[in-house]
Amino acid sequence: MAIAKVCGIETEYGIQVRGAESNPVAASSALINAYVSGKLRSIDWDFEHERPGADARGFSYPDSFAPEIEMQLVNAVLTNGARYYVDHAHPEVSTPECLTALEVVRFDRAAEEIVRASMAAAKRLLNDGSEIVTYKNNSDGKGNSYGCHENYLVDRATPFARIVSQITPHFVSRQVFCGAGKVGSELAGTSSSSVPYQISQRADFFEEEVGLETTLKRPIVNTRDEPHCDPQKYRRLHVIVGDANMSEVATYLKVGTTAIVLAMIEDDMIGSELTLANPVSAIRQISQDPLLTTTVALRDGTRLTAIELQWALLERARKYERSHGLACVGDDVAVDLLARWETVLAGLESDRNSVAHWVDWVAKQRLVDGFADRHQLSPSDAKLKAIDLQYHDMRADRCLATRVGLETLISEHDVRTAMTEPPESTRAYFRGKCLQRWPSEIVAANWDSMVFDVGREPLRRVPMLEPLRGTAKLVGALFDECTTAAELLARLDA
Amino acid sequence: MAEHTQKQKQASSRTEETLEDLPVGAPQGEKLKAELDDLLDEIDDVLETNAEDFVKSYVQKGGE
Repeated sequence: MAIAKVCGIETEYGIQVRGAESNPVAASSALINAYVSGKLRSIDWDFEHERPGADARGFSYPDSFAPEIEMQLVNAVLTNGARYYVDHAHPEVSTPECLTALEVVRFDRAAEEIVRASMAAAKRLLNDGSEIVTYKNNSDGKGNSYGCHENYLVDRATPFARIVSQITPHFVSRQVFCGAGKVGSELAGTSSSSVPYQISQRADFFEEEVGLETTLKRPIVNTRDEPHCDPQKYRRLHVIVGDANMSEVATYLKVGTTAIVLAMIEDDMIGSELTLANPVSAIRQISQDPLLTTTVALRDGTRLTAIELQWALLERARKYERSHGLACVGDDVAVDLLARWETVLAGLESDRNSVAHWVDWVAKQRLVDGFADRHQLSPSDAKLKAIDLQYHDMRADRCLATRVGLETLISEHDVRTAMTEPPESTRAYFRGKCLQRWPSEIVAANWDSMVFDVGREPLRRVPMLEPLRGTAKLVGALFDECTTAAELLARLDA
Repeated sequence: MAEHTQKQKQASSRTEETLEDLPVGAPQGEKLKAELDDLLDEIDDVLETNAEDFVKSYVQKGGE
């Protein structure tokens, strides 16, 4: 049976300084420091076990550009179990490990509010009228892209080649409900008249079917094999193909449907019928057709629309639910996920405006088209690109996504709580609670361990190789019973 | 422990809410249309005044 689909999202935000000169690395550091300095003593991230260059296919790529990790940059661990850091030239938040798609939405929303709070804190500190502004999008419209990556726990026993061939049809077609929409195209040879609007922010940037890179020649399936947990038992599928969503329901569907498809792959319930003939051209063709009528070729010659591919996956998911159950994605959310998956496909098929409160690219397109109609603008008008950009603007007074009537799943109270409280369902609970209780005794933390300094003894590393240990259920009592970190370590030894 | 119990309770009521909140149909569509019209009315106040400069100056380094 498929293992629990522990999951999370890492989002790089676009960043710009208004009213002063600055470079994006310095601005990202200033933004994060402004937040962290007001909250807690900064805990260093521990890089000991990071292996971003390892390839899941079991071989190394001497010529490939393994992702660099800039050790000197700001890198904080938050009490909600998240990581907040500078990645290349962007501020990035990784949610803590979550057990369900709904939890991911909660912590992704909390990350947005952390970034907004950082902008406010930075504005107070800068004190010269300048302002650091961030955007939850994936492209600057000029050929530069930055990512919103998802991560899913997968059984190591599942052959990686099966994951690649069977997840690809989902990665190519799921954009119909989780694409964030983009005015124009950044592909060479396109123009605002040939592609005035497309479904996905990211499709322009994918050039390979499978590979290790994330910054150039981006692959639809990324092979980074860095599980951040017991490597004998698990993989972490690192998904780079998605858009950052402003819509909570889009994030929920993106993560939830992908978790379900991965569970079906683990249990070998997908089959090879949906294998695509040419995934790279298919992901672009689908993105460039907001009418959703384009068909793409399967390997057997059949042609299907993206919606038809999604119906085929949903049909398999319904069968899978009956034969295996969906406990691995959370019984409480699985029923809701399947119902919404069906509703969104039916809505896109019949009247896509009926799902404009769920689907970012539909919501954004209504705004762009409505504005263009009203003012008789050409597709290349800068105002339409400004609407695109401001849809993702993290300034409350400029953000358009918060004004288009998107449905929310998480209450404001729950979002606020998730800014400082970890999820109870994974090892992130242990990380977050330790940071809340004993920040001065923790010298380093990362996904799969924490290092304590409790005085006399040598530094103590607590391994956390099991994502589902360290939950509130398993260690909640321990935190109630221990008053010092030394006591906690003694109890863990016992 | 009281805090844990309370959180669990919130979590379960949260789930019930999402299960009930499914239907999409004409009323939703009309509401959205009205909201869109209102937003188009006020969008000049929200949009950056110099769209050309705003869009041009938004240049990012690649990430990931």
